[in-house]
Amino acid sequence: MIASRVSPHRRRNAIIINGFAWLVLIALALPAVWIILTAFRSNAEINASPPVWIPREITLEAFGNMFGLNPNLQQRVAVEAYMFNSLFVALTSTVISVAAGTLAGYAFSRFHFRFHTAAFLALMLSRTVPGVALSLPLFLLFTRLGLTNNLFGLSFVYIAVNIPFAIWLMDGFFRQIPRDLTEAAYIDGCGYWSAFRRVDLPLALPGLATAAIFAFLASWNEFQIVSVLARNNASKTFPPGLFTFTEQFTIDWRGMCAMSVLMMIPAIIFVILTQRNLVRGLTFGAIKG
Amino acid sequence: MSTQASTQLKANQESNRNWQIGSRWFPFFLLLPSFVFIIIVTGFPLLYSLYVSFTPYELLKPNSLTFELPKALNNYSRLLNDSVFWKSLGNTVLFLTVTVNLEYFLALGLSQLLAQVTRGQAIMRTMLMIPMMFAPILVGFQFRWFFNSNLGLVNNALVSLGLIGEQTRIAWLVDEPLGMISIIIATIWMNLPVMTIILLAGTLSLPQETYEAADVDGASAWQKFRFITLPLLAPFTYIALTIRSLDVARAFDIVRIMTDGGPARRTELIWTYAGRLAIEDTKFGLGSAMSWITVIISVAFTIYLFRQLVKSRIVE
Repeated sequence: MIASRVSPHRRRNAIIINGFAWLVLIALALPAVWIILTAFRSNAEINASPPVWIPREITLEAFGNMFGLNPNLQQRVAVEAYMFNSLFVALTSTVISVAAGTLAGYAFSRFHFRFHTAAFLALMLSRTVPGVALSLPLFLLFTRLGLTNNLFGLSFVYIAVNIPFAIWLMDGFFRQIPRDLTEAAYIDGCGYWSAFRRVDLPLALPGLATAAIFAFLASWNEFQIVSVLARNNASKTFPPGLFTFTEQFTIDWRGMCAMSVLMMIPAIIFVILTQRNLVRGLTFGAIKG
Repeated sequence: MSTQASTQLKANQESNRNWQIGSRWFPFFLLLPSFVFIIIVTGFPLLYSLYVSFTPYELLKPNSLTFELPKALNNYSRLLNDSVFWKSLGNTVLFLTVTVNLEYFLALGLSQLLAQVTRGQAIMRTMLMIPMMFAPILVGFQFRWFFNSNLGLVNNALVSLGLIGEQTRIAWLVDEPLGMISIIIATIWMNLPVMTIILLAGTLSLPQETYEAADVDGASAWQKFRFITLPLLAPFTYIALTIRSLDVARAFDIVRIMTDGGPARRTELIWTYAGRLAIEDTKFGLGSAMSWITVIISVAFTIYLFRQLVKSRIVE
């Protein structure tokens, strides 16, 4: 629309705006690019003084060290275990929390019942409880139940942590589906359950995907609770693993960057997959007002 | 729902009653799994920690988990007389006020800028999402390294540019206001993309006719922003700030990694202090009291934010 009314003045403005936008975005992306770049550089360059800004060689050494391919390295981190634990916990908690959140989101969006608002508010407030405040009582309880250092125990916690946001998203998505469709299903003889399963649920699949991605990343990235509940390598996920890594040795910044890159992979996939849908997913509630 | 549809619906409910799983109870049946999980993992532990907060429980003294009415509030009164508690509370209020406001204004500015961009908007949006790939703990490590006084990117750049000398490297994470500023920068970097993306989506979805009408009336760019964009963006602001307010405590990860509240408590926030008392010092009673204070503050902050939003919506 702006381009259709080209005047020299406007064109100059557009160039300034585009240039300025690029400048801001590059500044924002730079720290991330630096981390990723460092993972592929040689150690000598990273610790050099004066600093070497532009890498002269690209190497996979840091990743080799991490997976134990360097025979000179005595100690290393249990990356495989962290990866397996992270995947296990994130996947199980995602499936169950999204399933539970979808049901509850449907209840909030389609039905009027007593304590509707109060229940919704209580769920949202349960999400604002900081992880620090949860980790201690959970630790005390789990010690009694023998659930510390246990992946199932951790998954169980993450399910509850992820449910409120899943409900919030799914509530928004179900509100977008015209009510008439559900009512038509009732008229055609569907019960509540089959109307949900045959009409509303298939239409809310994009919402389900958004909720799943958020739940997965939240579990994958969580640090406060797992660092208290998981004390050994057999049950630690990536974030406490990375923390152990930096505590164990004098900080190996390149190793840290390499581990960060590994930990970012699911998030990178998510960013690529959801570029468009993410925004739609998050703003669904707003469009209807 | 129109009344006609609802009567129709009711008639159908009647006829279907025989085989529906207790139609009146259907929503509760849907809510059940969620509530079971949340009550077990959030409700019950919170109540338990409320109980523990009234006892002098410490890990190394197993018999100390005893409730005595006259001593019940000891932990709380101890915290209220604790200068570190007040320092951490002050830091938290300062931190939240500065980050949330700055994030909002920066995101608003950036979204307006990007909405004007004529070429390459899609690739710009992808670039904007890059910080979202970083977990809070990664953001913490990243900026701890950048602000490291000897090896950090920031000091290296300043030295290379000749702005500071080798001998006068800045101790970013140590000096009094700088530690807090470093943490605020890291937090804003992490949260800016989501807010910007939501506000940008909102801006792009606004009806063009309104702007065309404003052009006809000779409105200035500022007037269009102030009287059209800003009020119409309200629901998107609401969503951006809701998501943000649900994540305030994520600052714990960043602070824990970057400075761990130090040095000398300069960057101590209520969350790091609660973690220190409860987990590191194993003073479970005192730590639980502190945890409960963080819960109350987090909930109060969320409610405050919601109220502000509701108020701003009414004014507009």
